[in-house]
Parts: sequence; structure tokens; C-alpha cells
Amino acid sequence: MRICCCVKRVPAPGARINVTADGQAVDVAHLGFTTSPHEECGVEEAVQLTEAHGGEVTVLTLGPPEAAEQLRYAASVGAHHGVLVPTDGSAWDPQRTARALTSAIETLEEAGGPFDLLIFGNESADSGGFQVGVRVAFALGRPIVGGIKGIEIDGTTVRARRQTDAGFEVYEMFMPAAVGVKEGINLPRYPTMRGRLASKRLEVGELAIEAPQGGQSMRRLHRPADVVSETVILGEGPAAASAVVDVLADLGVL
Amino acid sequence: MLLVILEHDQGVMAEAAREALTFGRTLAGRMGVPMHAALIGSEEAALVAEAGAHGAGVVHTVVHPVLSDFGPEAWGEVIAVMVPRLAPAAVLAGGSDRGNEVMAQAAARLDAPFVANCLDVDPAGWSITRIQWGGSLLEDVTLSVDVPLLSCGLHAVAAEAAETPTEPAVEEFEADLDAALSRTVVRDRVVLSAGVTLSTAPVVVGGGRGVGSAEGFAPLEDLADLLGGKVGCSRAVTNNGWRPHSDQVGQTGTRIAPEIYIASGISGAIQHWVGAMGSKHILAINLDPEANIVQKADWAVIGDLHEVIPAISEEIRSRR
Ligand SMILES: Cc1cc2nc3c(=O)[nH]c(=O)nc-3n(C[C@H](O)[C@H](O)[C@H](O)COP(=O)(O)OP(=O)(O)OC[C@H]3O[C@@H](n4cnc5c(N)ncnc54)[C@H](O)[C@@H]3O)c2cc1C
Ligand SMILES: Nc1ncnc2c1ncn2[C@@H]1O[C@H](COP(=O)(O)O)[C@@H](O)[C@H]1O
Repeated sequence: MRICCCVKRVPAPGARINVTADGQAVDVAHLGFTTSPHEECGVEEAVQLTEAHGGEVTVLTLGPPEAAEQLRYAASVGAHHGVLVPTDGSAWDPQRTARALTSAIETLEEAGGPFDLLIFGNESADSGGFQVGVRVAFALGRPIVGGIKGIEIDGTTVRARRQTDAGFEVYEMFMPAAVGVKEGINLPRYPTMRGRLASKRLEVGELAIEAPQGGQSMRRLHRPADVVSETVILGEGPAAASAVVDVLADLGVL
Repeated sequence: MLLVILEHDQGVMAEAAREALTFGRTLAGRMGVPMHAALIGSEEAALVAEAGAHGAGVVHTVVHPVLSDFGPEAWGEVIAVMVPRLAPAAVLAGGSDRGNEVMAQAAARLDAPFVANCLDVDPAGWSITRIQWGGSLLEDVTLSVDVPLLSCGLHAVAAEAAETPTEPAVEEFEADLDAALSRTVVRDRVVLSAGVTLSTAPVVVGGGRGVGSAEGFAPLEDLADLLGGKVGCSRAVTNNGWRPHSDQVGQTGTRIAPEIYIASGISGAIQHWVGAMGSKHILAINLDPEANIVQKADWAVIGDLHEVIPAISEEIRSRR
């Protein structure tokens, strides 16, 4: 089975997200980077599926050259190949991103044969456009369903579960197919010693792809108004329990 | 006209659809156009009536064998077919997973931009403020397009009926849909839990890394039970395998809206906060008085949650 998983490198902010003075980007001066969480689970799912059914996982990212770091991380948890579509680091709009990823997948399929399954995150952690996976799958003629929290493969059928308020919905697609997954579909493993070696040895493939801009242009990023609260300190340690229960009583939740 | 997509599940209207109609009413006013609604895969009179109560003047209904149940590709195709034929000035859906997904499908088919989770839309020049990072950051965008495809952020507005309800005209929309679109239609449903869920619980007792272990959650469970609530947790907890992901509060977990959220051993990272900020009140229990969650809470107890939480439960029991 051949699986391609698309991941995005995103900053990992703490208590607040700061924006650069020109409002054009998240201020990453003091931040680390990570793989968008839904997609981290996407990589884990891809690896588990190939462990169960055989095959190989290719992880694909569009981003600055540093995004190779996220490909190496994927290799450290079991992905076989990593491919980077390099950008100058500026944020690409969703249509442009989807066009470039579509061409990248077409190129990879010409070289190595079709992917049975494309895995995307339900939405990227930073821009959260809720669309790149859908656009790529549509351009490639593959069925796609998002919000997926469970995948079973049976021959050429993908049975995918989507969480709802009451339980879940089941979808059935024939491969080649695509899914948008959500965190919680699995618990991603941590890299092992052997994984770390594999990640060092990973040869990151590079595909230079240009793609025309879409119709949405980013003007400015800004933070929503801060929540300011006059926090009432009820006390220290267990002695505060009585004051806490008074509050609960006042709220009528006792 | 502004066309609003009515999200429903087998004929039951979603709250996101009411929000979209409420948001759409204001937007249509700013655009100076009437609001219509699209009802895909249903002709339910109750849905039509509700669309009218929320201000839709016309409801376009589409029924077709491939629309027997929800299917993202089939719904997206319907919208893509409607755009050139009904010539709306813009299309709007609710910012739920389904709403965003069908708009993305429509946008892919029309090769047009789609702006998800809008908070504010100025139709003059289509300047839009939208949500990034699950609400921790905002982005201003402009659109160059004939027919903007939009969704409004989930709970960006509270659903509200129109001052003057209308009895909408129903117009049947004939769509010639490929049977192959049924490949992504819901095949089966499994109903799991009835009753209180994390997103509807009146009280949530949250635990973070400070809880220290899976077993460490027993006192939190006990307190949640006493208060008829649910246990929630941070991503640090789920990543450690101490709790299932279904308990996670935050950007990539559940958004909660309890009367009170008791957050213990949680620092209050922005991605956790966006899931918790819908709580009416917050009580933080933390060793660190400088913790972000303490700064944002209504009340705080500074101390070790392993001592404070059992003491609260004991106090509740002693008062009963
Ligand atoms: C894209 C992205 C999405 C994310 N989505 C989510 C999400 O949905 N939900 C989420 O929660 N996180 C999310 N995160 C992770 C988030 O950034 C934080 O890493 C996480 O919330 C931290 O969890 P925590 O507060 O439990 O741990 P920490 O930040 O380590 O905080 C532990 C706190 O416990 C206190 N403490 C320690 N011991 C005790 C004790 N005995 N008694 C009382 N207090 C004690 C400490 O003072 C500290 O404040 C996301 C991150 C990224 C990058
Ligand atoms: N720059 C990127 N590189 C690789 N995959 C991406 C990129 N941007 C988005 N994706 C994929 O598309 C999904 C949806 O992204 P979005 O439309 O931004 O919410 C993500 O979860 C990723 O799987």
C-alpha cells in the first residue's frame, strides 16, 4: 500500500501568539516549531496502516527549507520518504498551496506509481482554511471525507469513521481515496533510538513547484482582544476548600 | 441575493445553520440584497419554516437519490451547480466541520476561493476578518472573486430569529447529479452515548500535566461525579496517554461551555484556552500564581491540586 501524508510546519506558541510589527506573520523569534497536530496523527495512522498491510509512507510538505525538520521527525516515527516543496517562507493562500501539492503528488505518482491513500489533516493548526485536502483530492479525482477518527482497510475498501455529537458516521470509499483526519484517531508514538537514526539518514526529496496565486490575499494578522480578569484568590492549599464550595453553591452547581 | 446553506442532519436543523442565517441576515443587510436559503436533500416543512423565521425569503430545495443522506461531495456539487444558475451575490455556510467541508468541496469544483470561519465581512471590497489558530489569532483578508464563498465562525454569533419572520417561497431546484457522487455519502451511523457530554456538561473538572499520572485523575473523577459534571484534560495529558483524546479541551479537542470550569494543574496555553474560554466561569487550581490560566480565571486557589481537590470533595460531602 502506498500512502501519502501531507503535513504543515507550524510554530508552537505558548500563552499567547505574538505578531510581527508589520502584521504579516506570527513572531517566531522565541518559538519552536512542530507538525500541525491533526497531521501528526495522520503520519501515525499512515505508519500503522503500512505496518498492518505492508507498503510505504511518503510525507509531503510545502514550506520553508526548515520544514525538512518535520519530515525528519516523521521519518523518526516510521515514515519511509520525505518530500519538500520549498517556498520562501511566506504564507501561500489555500488555492496556491493546493495547486502546488496537487502537482507534487502527480509528479510523485508518475515516478513511483499511484498512492492508494492520501491523508490530510482536517484543518491546519495555524491558518485553518479547512480546504487544502479537499481541493487536492478533487483535482486528483479522489473521494475525500474529513473529520475522520478511525480508518479500517479491507481489500480496496477504506472504511472511515467520523465523530458526531451522538456517536459516529461510517463512510466507505474505494481506493485510491483520501481522508482528512483529526487528532484522537490514534496516539502518536514517540521516536525510538532506531527512529532517530532513520531520521538522520532520510534523504529529503525536493520538488521545485510554482503555482499561481488564488483569490484570497492576506492583509494583516492581529490578536483578538485580551481577556482581562480580576482574579479573586480564594486562598492557598486545602484551606481554600470552603471558599471554593461557597462559590459553587452561589453558582447553583452543587 | 445572499444564499445561505442550511446544514441539517436527516431533516433536523443544525445549530450552525441557525447561526449562519443570523450572520447572513446582517450580511445581506449590509450588501443590500435579500437572503435566500438552500435546503439540500430535504423538503421538510419544519426546516423551511425555521429558515423563514430566521429571515430567509426563498428556500431552494433540492432532492435527488444521491442526496438521501449527508455526503460532502454531493452537497458541494449542488452548491457548485447553484452558483451559476441562481447567481447569488455570495454563499454562506455555518462554520461547523460539515459546513466548512461542503464549502471547500464547492470551492474546489468552482476553482474559487473559500474563506472559512469569518467573524466580520465587509462586502465593500470584500474585506474579511477570519479566525486562525482556532480563535487565538485573527487574519484580515481581501477577496478578488465574483461570488465569495464563506463560512461564519462557529458561535461567532448566537442564533436569533428575525424580528419579522417570513413565510418563505419554496422553489424546487432541479439538479442533474452524477450517481457516482454517492461514493462519499454516509453509509451507516452508530449512536454511542446519550446524556451529558464534555461539550454540554454544566461542570467540567479539568486536569493537566500537574495531575502527574492516569491514576491521579481519580480525585478529579470523584469531584466531577459529585457535581454532575465531566472530566476534561489538556493535550499534555492525552499525549502522555493518561486520558483518551475525547476528554481533551482545546483547539484540537472539545470546546466546552460549562457554568464553571475547574482547571487544575493546567498552565492555560493559548490552544487550551480557546477550548475553555466559552466557560461562564473559571476556577484555577495551580501551584504557580503567575500561570496564564490563573491570570484569566475568575477565582483561583494557589496550591497542590492533589490536596485541594480532595478537600473540595470532602467539604461538599460534609455540607450535604
Ligand atoms: C497546534 C497546537 C494545538 C494544540 N492544541 C491543544 C489543545 O487542543 N488542548 C490543549 O490542552 N493543548 C493543546 N496544545 C498544547 C499546548 O500548547 C500546551 O502544550 C498544553 O496545553 C500544556 O498542557 P498543560 O497545561 O497540562 O501542561 P503545562 O503547560 O506543563 O502546565 C502544567 C501546569 O500545572 C501546574 N502544576 C504542576 N503541578 C501541580 C500541582 N501538583 N498542583 C497544581 N498545579 C500544578 C504548573 O504550575 C503548570 O501551570 C496545542 C499545541 C499546538 C502547537
Ligand atoms: N503547506 C502545506 N504543506 C503540506 N500540507 C498542507 C499544507 N497546508 C495544508 N496542508 C494539508 O491540508 C490540510 C488542510 O489545511 P487547511 O486548508 O490549511 O486547513 C492540512 O491539515 C494539511 O494536511
